[in-house]
Amino acid sequence: MLKISNLHASVNDKAILKGINLEVKPGEVHAIMGPNGSGKSTLASVIAGKEEYEVTEGSISFGGDILDEMDAEERAHKGIFLSFQYPIEIPGVSVTNFIKTAINETRKAKGLDNMPAKEMLKMIREKSEMLAIDRKFLSRSLNEGFSGGEKKRNEIFQMAMLEPKLAILDETDSGLDIDALRIVADGVNKFKSKDNAVIVITHYQRLLDHIVPDFVHVIHNGRIVKTGTKELAYELEEKGYDWIKEEEANA
Amino acid sequence: MKYTEDDLREELKTKEYEYGFYTDIESETFPVGLNEDVVRAISKKKEEPEWMTEWRLEAFRIWQTMEEPDWANVHYEKPDFQAISYYSAPNTKPKLDSLDEVDPELLETFKKLGISMDEQKMLAGVAMDVVIDSVSVATSFKKSLGEKGIIFMSISEAIQKHPELVRKHLGTVVPQSDNFYAALNSAVFSDGSFCYIPKGVRCPMELSTYFRINQAGTGQFERTLVIADEGSYVSYLEGCTAPSRDENQLHAAVVELIAMDDAEIKYSTVQNWYPGNNQGKGGVFNFVTKRGICEKNAKISWTQVETGSAVTWKYPSCILKGDNSVGEFYSIAVTNNYQQADTGTKMIHLGKNTKSTIISKGISAGKSQNSYRGLVQIASRAENARNFSQCDSLLMGNECGAHTFPYIEAKNKTSIIEHEATTSKIGEDQIFYCNQRGIDTEKAIALIVNGFSKEVLNKLPMEFAVEAQKLLEISLEGSVG
Repeated sequence: MLKISNLHASVNDKAILKGINLEVKPGEVHAIMGPNGSGKSTLASVIAGKEEYEVTEGSISFGGDILDEMDAEERAHKGIFLSFQYPIEIPGVSVTNFIKTAINETRKAKGLDNMPAKEMLKMIREKSEMLAIDRKFLSRSLNEGFSGGEKKRNEIFQMAMLEPKLAILDETDSGLDIDALRIVADGVNKFKSKDNAVIVITHYQRLLDHIVPDFVHVIHNGRIVKTGTKELAYELEEKGYDWIKEEEANA
Repeated sequence: MKYTEDDLREELKTKEYEYGFYTDIESETFPVGLNEDVVRAISKKKEEPEWMTEWRLEAFRIWQTMEEPDWANVHYEKPDFQAISYYSAPNTKPKLDSLDEVDPELLETFKKLGISMDEQKMLAGVAMDVVIDSVSVATSFKKSLGEKGIIFMSISEAIQKHPELVRKHLGTVVPQSDNFYAALNSAVFSDGSFCYIPKGVRCPMELSTYFRINQAGTGQFERTLVIADEGSYVSYLEGCTAPSRDENQLHAAVVELIAMDDAEIKYSTVQNWYPGNNQGKGGVFNFVTKRGICEKNAKISWTQVETGSAVTWKYPSCILKGDNSVGEFYSIAVTNNYQQADTGTKMIHLGKNTKSTIISKGISAGKSQNSYRGLVQIASRAENARNFSQCDSLLMGNECGAHTFPYIEAKNKTSIIEHEATTSKIGEDQIFYCNQRGIDTEKAIALIVNGFSKEVLNKLPMEFAVEAQKLLEISLEGSVG
């Protein structure tokens, strides 16, 4: 599904990713961990197609398409979803209006008609109930005055509505209390199927108790320096990242 | 009247001003220049009574002593008022009862504008008094309005048929001497609309006028007078489109609203005069004086969406004369390319317990300059007056400007005046967020702009709001990357 080969990327001429290799197959959950500033969020942004990031070497393919020259919205139409670490406010645009526009623009790109209002409403009701989202919340301005937890829950709501093939969750657990974490994780687990894949970027092992990864990768200095199973996450939780840094220095 | 996403897409594809066509109708146009003879000739042409001719001449004499104001934050080459023709009327006879009698080319023009009369009549329930150039050529719904005693006709016709009403009220809100452009308008106004709602009558439909500048080099001087008698209500819509021209066209309208005791007037405008091309060439100069007076417990609400004109100078105002009267101003002003707008309102609180609300949304893109200028004045006897003002500016790109000039003069200690202002910029982060959800940049901007303008769009009548939303998107098209 997603294949990243020798990916180098920089922002403002500063190299951040220095040769990432990663393959994600349908049905898999990958966790990406690593210390601050190691390049985790950059990787997410580069996959999503943020313009400020320049790919200097290597390439990304998704479902057989080479993404390198593709605009962010085209990547979204192909089924890539990024749950933002810091979701953006759009005053005056309601959550409902935003998701409606997103769904219909995506359908239009595929040559489909707008989703019938009835179907849309049904889906909104289903997904918002699944994420314990209050109906009133849906008419509020997107992310404006939302608490940290509300913002993240709203990201997962959008993911559930858009039904992407690949969902990248960038530190979705930050700002969530235990209850919210469980709700969000349940949402992701219900979304998971054998046909889609999830990349979870996180600092902490606790989210991985709920969303169980098939693989755990550790990024350090713009490279994946260690790959393991969920046990690796426990090890990191216990020992921190220093031993990995040392291991790499000695390598 | 619904518009689909596809309609929008189509609109966005058209890079040129979509109403930039020219109707080749044989017109009767006066030679250029302005003097007392021309003023007399206009009045004669319109078969006006003596008092009207004198009123115009008085205005002309005042105008001659005045100078074009230059305090607004706009820069343009001053029009040569002697190089303008002051009268142009389609040659079609002005008094028509049905559409069949209208020049087919004119009907074609309506079609391009998307204002098919039949459709309008049947679907929208809107009575239309269409002004092409200067003379009203079609009026509808007159009968059903007539049954309620509502008078809705061109002002020329009103001068003939209801001289007592016109004579009593014309110039009482905006006197001839009010300002340079108002004086000019008073001298040479070609036509416009007149509306009278009798005591206690609630006008059953939205009254609507479409204006359109059509003759090259012809200044257009519209005059509108709306009178809502005691306890009546009317909602009036004004929409404008104009064909593209290389030379600048002058538009100096005057609108007077009179809301008597317990009456309410809602006046909505979607203004889309030709803004000039993307090099700043051409475009309409729009110097408008709009003002309303509220008697006891009366309410006047101005809502405007301004997307057009090369230069705009416009301050729809309320004189809150009666106790407990209410004035409102809701505005969206969009400038793109080289457009300049200096627009806002004046709320003059004279009566006790008077209340005013100002919501102004300025959106600037390209190399344009967008200024809000507003005055809130509380007179010494205006006990417990209240004002709330909110001025928000949205910037797109790095080359445009947004300016706010709020003036507050309070002479009564019991007044409460609030002013809020914000300036924001459409951020790359917002665009990327939308892009990531599958929304392309053009659509993302439309979404963000509509969100920004929502409080004002909500104040427009439904079918007008849809039109206004489309206009916002068309006006800002191509303004980002």
